[in-house]
Amino acid sequence: MPDLSINFAGITSPNPFWLASAPPTNSGYQVMKAFDAGWGGAVWKTLGVPVINVSSRYGGVSYRDKRLVGFNNIELISDRPLTDNLREISEVKKRFPDHAVIASLMVQSRQEWHDIVRQSQDAGADGFELNFGCPHGMCERGMGSAVGQEPNVLQMIVEWVMEVAQKPVIVKLTPNISDITEPAQAARRGGADAISLINTIQSIVGVDLDRFAPYPIVDGQGTNGGYCGPAVKPIALNMVKNCAQHPDVRLPISGIGGIENWRDAVEHILLGASSVQVCTAAMHFGFGIIRELVSGLEQYMVEKNFNTIYDFVGKALPNVRHWEDLNMKYQVKAHIHEEKCIGCQLCYTACEDGAHQAIRLQAGTRTPAIIEENCVGCNLCSLVCPVDDCITMDRHDDGTQHLTWKERTTANTIPTEFNDEKAGGRHHWVPEPAAALGKERHKTLPGKARALGIL
Amino acid sequence: MAEFSTPTTAQEFAQNFAQLKPNMSRTEALYESSRCLFCFDAPCITACPSGIDIPQFIRQINSGNVTGSARTIYEANYFGNACGKVCPTEVLCEGSCVYNLQDVKPIEIGRLQSYATTQAITENKKLFTPGPANGKRVAVIGAGPAGISAACELRALGYEVTVFEAKAQPSGLTVYGVAPYKITNEEALAEMTYLQGQFGYEVRYHAPITGRADLAALEAEYDAIFLGIGLGKTTQLGLPGEEKINCVGAVEFIEELRQRQQQMQVGRTVIVFGGGNTAMDAASEAARLGAESVVLAYRRGKEEMGAYDFEYELAKAVGMKGLFNVAPLEIVGDDYVAGVRFIRTVIEDGRVREVPGSEFVQACDMVIKATGQAKQTHFLHHIPGLELDGRGRIVADAAGQTTNPQYFTSGDARNGGAEVVNAAAEAKVAARGIHAFLSK
Repeated sequence: MPDLSINFAGITSPNPFWLASAPPTNSGYQVMKAFDAGWGGAVWKTLGVPVINVSSRYGGVSYRDKRLVGFNNIELISDRPLTDNLREISEVKKRFPDHAVIASLMVQSRQEWHDIVRQSQDAGADGFELNFGCPHGMCERGMGSAVGQEPNVLQMIVEWVMEVAQKPVIVKLTPNISDITEPAQAARRGGADAISLINTIQSIVGVDLDRFAPYPIVDGQGTNGGYCGPAVKPIALNMVKNCAQHPDVRLPISGIGGIENWRDAVEHILLGASSVQVCTAAMHFGFGIIRELVSGLEQYMVEKNFNTIYDFVGKALPNVRHWEDLNMKYQVKAHIHEEKCIGCQLCYTACEDGAHQAIRLQAGTRTPAIIEENCVGCNLCSLVCPVDDCITMDRHDDGTQHLTWKERTTANTIPTEFNDEKAGGRHHWVPEPAAALGKERHKTLPGKARALGIL
Repeated sequence: MAEFSTPTTAQEFAQNFAQLKPNMSRTEALYESSRCLFCFDAPCITACPSGIDIPQFIRQINSGNVTGSARTIYEANYFGNACGKVCPTEVLCEGSCVYNLQDVKPIEIGRLQSYATTQAITENKKLFTPGPANGKRVAVIGAGPAGISAACELRALGYEVTVFEAKAQPSGLTVYGVAPYKITNEEALAEMTYLQGQFGYEVRYHAPITGRADLAALEAEYDAIFLGIGLGKTTQLGLPGEEKINCVGAVEFIEELRQRQQQMQVGRTVIVFGGGNTAMDAASEAARLGAESVVLAYRRGKEEMGAYDFEYELAKAVGMKGLFNVAPLEIVGDDYVAGVRFIRTVIEDGRVREVPGSEFVQACDMVIKATGQAKQTHFLHHIPGLELDGRGRIVADAAGQTTNPQYFTSGDARNGGAEVVNAAAEAKVAARGIHAFLSK
């Protein structure tokens, strides 16, 4: 069997799956239960300055029948006494010496940072995660994302921590910034051992249409919260990649954001994460999801012949390039496999209305046909098709040519003027605007319209 | 021991006749509506005789606009809830769902349709108002799917409408002729109350129009007359012994069942004549009333039955046994039915031929004849100039106008017997035809 264990910047863990600093790690009870279930590590709910929480703290985004595709919270850091948290950290470490217990921290002054690092260290924490990410409640007090958005302040605090820390220090970054590599570099300059990202994204998760207030509603009003859950994974993956590829960051990355199953975890790892943290999925489905995460990861590693996590950390990074490096000679076109088509015609209407009018209907069948000369290979039809492998994007170039925008720029063959002959869409056929009129009307007239003979 | 014990209470009746398409919960409706692909030029719309914009109403349910969904349905079909429940959706909208081609369960369109309309009915959501009065009056004969649909559409166009109904309740076959496991009386009638509350047509119950004098009065008082009279009683087969007690027509049997429910009596051993959907209903109903044996007797082979496959399967599932290629010669017994004398048949060149010497008697204590309904030709002959076709159906043009220009028609009386949805759809067209005629 593959070896799932990791050594993350000096923090060891039987597998790369950690619970993120959040409600599931609020107590020793929860963390012990999670370790008992199979989680490899836990980042304790942030210890720090005293807070008071409000009632009504979470909001969710539903998509059709799926709940919590997005999730947000306005909860603050731990509101439990520091001594209780520290005592429970000790208990957990005694019972689970091989599991990773990381103390998430958020305080203000140099002295406070020194004190809380020392106390956590004494309690047995295997490392620290500095919470520079929380985008609500704490940032207004000059902490959380307020720090993460100021690289110089971030660096200074990391330096304070490094003055006393004898265990690895992870800096947790906020995505509420235009370039995440700036705070990442500041973390490195400050001497941090690793970074973790992303924290939640500042959000309004929805508005109550009857009460005219944002969710979650606290006595008729609300505030922005921090967004997470499956919906944020694409944003997290991009930021993980940005940090992993940046030549001046060069720190181990703990990937966070939208991880619900093993596939999500592998994606984070392929883009450079060497541990992953999970919160929303555990809040939604409980700690039991760890069985699927571990089993899926193991199976993937067996099938790919990977012995350790490090065999594929960052393995997709060489293939993540700037747009200007992509081969413009590569050409795919849609191909409809008629024997699989069920005739929903979503591809037709998607291409007609949302792309390049490269699919036509055919008499006598509901299966549409590709107009190859119009198809730019955008993928849209294959994405909307509800049948697996019914529409494939087949390669049409012979694979021998390679030309990028960068190369064309160097060769001075790029279009530069309005109406430039060299522009891409210049010779691409589009229908005359007026040809659109009446096109919707050939559809079966629904309902009353049919009785009246009008639409 | 019978499959079903004889129901003696309303609760037991409801159990034996459990709804095939029970009402959906909000959660189920959300889940089911989420599956709809929103096909372009959706085949379900094409398959619906009333052309309901199905992807639209499903999308409205999914986005929480259930009232809008009900409006989409009712704008196309005033019997929206009834059709959601009694339509043969397996061969119409749901049968055409593209998911069938992927071996995925089709969207439960009928149940979603009833979900939206039931909510509108329950909350009495006002979707329609009568059109501005145009001073013209239309009489509608028959408060069935055709008559009520015509009445609604005519009211929307501003006509004053009076519906004449021979029976005590509206909605026609929906409450008198459909199997009780398809829709309950309460549901059928609630939709009628809902529609009448919005459109405000008058219905006169126990008001049969029977002869020339009645018709002449209507002709004098109303600008147009809509015939939504449906079909008549079960056709007599002309068999010896057909008058015996417990030899009944399926239409009459079902009508009594719908009204008397658990008070309805059924034989212990029942033979049903016929091979159509009504025969399947009658057989299934007899079994659910506690009959120990239900035999379907059909003159031809199983494959030639007119019934939809799903109706046949449904009847078989409650214990009906098929007896094919037999023709009844006589109902035997004294005053009561004691059996049927059959003769075996073969099909030669598409025709039924009796096999000499193959007669036998099958014992039973009840016979239900589901062998077709008579046309109401005797009544129709009182309408001057009204032409019927060779099968007794009223001849009408595309706008529903008969050969007597004052009379319009749709539904079973015109199409010879089809689904509720056909009557509802055709009546809208006929109402528009009346409007065009009276607007000249």
